[in-house]
Amino acid sequence: MALDASSDNDRPGPAPGTPWANAQLALALLAINPQGLGGLWLMARAGPMRDRLLAQLAAFAPQRLHPAMPPDSLAGGMDIAETLLAQAPRWRPGLLAKGGWAVLSSAERTSAATAAMILDQARKSCATGQPTALVALDESATEAEALPSPLAEALGLFADLDGLALADCPEAALPMDKITAAQAILGGVTLAEDALAAIAETCQILGIASPRAALFCMAAARAHAALHGRHVTTAKDLEIAAALALAHRATRQPEAPQDQAPTPPEASLSPPAPPPQADNAQDRAAQDDPAQDTTADAPQPDPATTEMLIASAQAALPHDLLARLQAGRIARQMAKGAAGAGARQASQHRGRPLPPRSGRPGTGQRVDIFATLRQAAPWQKIRRAAVQAAQGTAGPQLLIWPRDIQLKRFQARQERALFFLVDASGSAAVARLAEAKGAIELMLAQAYARRDHVALITFRGTQAELALPPTRALVQAKRRLAGLPGGGATPLAGALDMARACVAQARARGQTPALAVLTDGRGNIALDGSANRQAAQADTTRMAQALRTMRVPALVLDTSMRPRPDVQTLATALGAELVRLPRADAQGLSATLGAALGRDMA
Amino acid sequence: MTPFPFSAIVGQDEMKTAMILTAVDPRIGGVLVFGDRGTGKSTAVRALAALLPPIEAVQGCPVNSATAADCPDWFTPKDSATETRQTPVVDLPLGVSEDRVTGALDIERALTSGEKAFAPGLLARANRGYLYIDEVNLLEDHIVDLLLDVAQSGQNVVERDGLSIRHAAKFVLVGSGNPEEGELRPQLLDRFGLSVEVRSPDDIETRVEVIRRRDAYENNHETFMAEWHPKDAALRAKIVAARQGLMAVKSTSIALYDCAAICLALGADGLRGELTLLRAARALAAFEGATELTRAHIRAVAPMALRHRLRRDPLDEAGSTTRVARQLAEVLP
Repeated sequence: MALDASSDNDRPGPAPGTPWANAQLALALLAINPQGLGGLWLMARAGPMRDRLLAQLAAFAPQRLHPAMPPDSLAGGMDIAETLLAQAPRWRPGLLAKGGWAVLSSAERTSAATAAMILDQARKSCATGQPTALVALDESATEAEALPSPLAEALGLFADLDGLALADCPEAALPMDKITAAQAILGGVTLAEDALAAIAETCQILGIASPRAALFCMAAARAHAALHGRHVTTAKDLEIAAALALAHRATRQPEAPQDQAPTPPEASLSPPAPPPQADNAQDRAAQDDPAQDTTADAPQPDPATTEMLIASAQAALPHDLLARLQAGRIARQMAKGAAGAGARQASQHRGRPLPPRSGRPGTGQRVDIFATLRQAAPWQKIRRAAVQAAQGTAGPQLLIWPRDIQLKRFQARQERALFFLVDASGSAAVARLAEAKGAIELMLAQAYARRDHVALITFRGTQAELALPPTRALVQAKRRLAGLPGGGATPLAGALDMARACVAQARARGQTPALAVLTDGRGNIALDGSANRQAAQADTTRMAQALRTMRVPALVLDTSMRPRPDVQTLATALGAELVRLPRADAQGLSATLGAALGRDMA
Repeated sequence: MTPFPFSAIVGQDEMKTAMILTAVDPRIGGVLVFGDRGTGKSTAVRALAALLPPIEAVQGCPVNSATAADCPDWFTPKDSATETRQTPVVDLPLGVSEDRVTGALDIERALTSGEKAFAPGLLARANRGYLYIDEVNLLEDHIVDLLLDVAQSGQNVVERDGLSIRHAAKFVLVGSGNPEEGELRPQLLDRFGLSVEVRSPDDIETRVEVIRRRDAYENNHETFMAEWHPKDAALRAKIVAARQGLMAVKSTSIALYDCAAICLALGADGLRGELTLLRAARALAAFEGATELTRAHIRAVAPMALRHRLRRDPLDEAGSTTRVARQLAEVLP
């Protein structure tokens, strides 16, 4: 269902309900209530459409943020270089101290730590009564990129400019007079009777766990009502709020049509409760907590309202968005589990010390006081004479100038990421899938002891799947492994291709990747998905050689019933060590693996 | 804006109980809250601190010392006058640097006036209060080690940049995180006194109530706070009474045997389990106004005191909560 365009004819600008109108509206609502809405997550690559949207903010001189910002410029603090020159403390305010609009470009590249700091600053600006309206520009190009989840969680609104043509995007300006009027009445806007219940039920049905989403939806509905001078929210306000604040958080479709991406088997998501169960739940809640008298007479949501909200949220959902967000969710977990750029940043704080080096202080680095003094010492006499000549006074005892400053440096130890490629195809499954699982469990236990990250790529049928992104949560790995079905063809080439992408990502995060391939080596699905053994073999060798050029330590475990040349070919192409999976001897297996992995990954 | 009232937090009873117990007896150690986002974890910490009676601290003291004699030697109070402060809640942000946590050389004074002075860090501010770490499982290992050390000893020792400084740092560590995003090292798990698991409410009524109260808090602030103030005040009185009654709670040898028996049955590492279980049970008894520790108290707190101490096969997927419940039913019927 598309948003009804005709019912709201007093709104200026483009046709309502289009992505462009939604983005416009999101900006206006954010301007009205930055405190309650937090910010806007804008999915948009750099381009004229985005420029046109952001041009409206130019008048407000938005603060520009980027992911590589040093913490001290975000949070403010002492400006050491200035302080040294002035011989008196010079402070720099945090970038968000004054509130107002802030635009974070390339938001998907923000590290968890930087995101935490931005949110912290935004919260502080709210507390001082000058709330920040953050617009995060998500330029994700691949599934591996996504906003860090605390940031995504804190941004109330979502808009997507993807796929729009410039012609769809008429020029517009923020209706400042209406916004000011709306701000004046915002405090007095109340929610319609059944709005709360409808929003809560919509969240439930769309599989949105966090209550924050509901709060954002309420704040958006209020702001929208205020924009139109209403003192009580109407169904229209709720509808728009659901489209802007709830749609993108949906983790499942209300009734999944056949052609949609399947919802992920996330255990944390409870299935939507059918009405009779909801009644039971209500009874139970009432029994459990008699003090909560409010639950008893809570207004039942009007089913029509809820349905309308869901339809609105769905309409705002581009067709592939759900699938994309799911992918993004996994990618986020990858990025977070790996502590993201933190690993690189950490090299300024820990690890093996390296010789200090001169540099600008205060970019999250530590000043090596002794090295700085050593650097400054020889110049003292000259400088004192210079100061004497310039100022006529002796000046301070010790003259340290900015160029003396030496920074500490450390060589950080890299984290390891161990990728398991598990062949669950028919040929392997029949033979040794159970034993392969056992072998992986042994390696997992070793990985646990060493605090390695592990990831699981399984392949069977027509394609490989990243069953578990790199994580330290080994219980998850175990769980995914236990539920791994066997059977089907062997898309070995596809699995190696996926491994290549994963290895590159792991390297980008500062990890040291390693591969353990458990297969019988008999790939029979080519990269293009066709069941052509010849092409499959060629693709497999090509992919293996590509991996080899990346110099990834690898280990191939032969899971076939009896030795075949296929596995040897694969191991040679990979430059990997080949280990025959010994039969049903856990001790021996453990020793073999321990030795092989220890060598490979040392 | 005053923090959200503690009593107005909907549901999440186990988390609320755990936090109240640490307020009654801070020696229990910290609380670890694992669960989904947006389940009121940070709200509860801030609410609790606002609920607790304010502390008396020497004027200007950076570590909230109660008396002039307690002040660290690098801080000289003007006189012994004290001021009333809120129980401090200090956030430890992800990506914080070590010197921000422990404190470091005061660069400003070092550079401008050539003095070797100490700039206190977050640990100093958290003394006698709460240190809250969101996403504790994503915190860098070296910061975690440092926190463990301080939490254990109650003292922050800084040996760096030519400084040699120590000061009291007794705080209740509250950590939260989502286990899906990474696990906590067993060494760190064990140092938390209590651990609770929270999840998003999955029935409509509760969810409506959550957003209704939040909405009232934000938009009808005065009315809402006035409405909940009596309940918070009653809870505060109960906590204060429990603190006083704590010493009077008698632990019978049967209760001690019960504690030991359940820990033994669960194969919990070390003796920290028993001690925490006993302390938590006593705190609960005191909170409920009882004068004697009963098996019911022990049963009530055993899951939160023990579930994170079970010797863990990293690959065992049976939930530790179920394991504790099973053993409880068997050992302490």
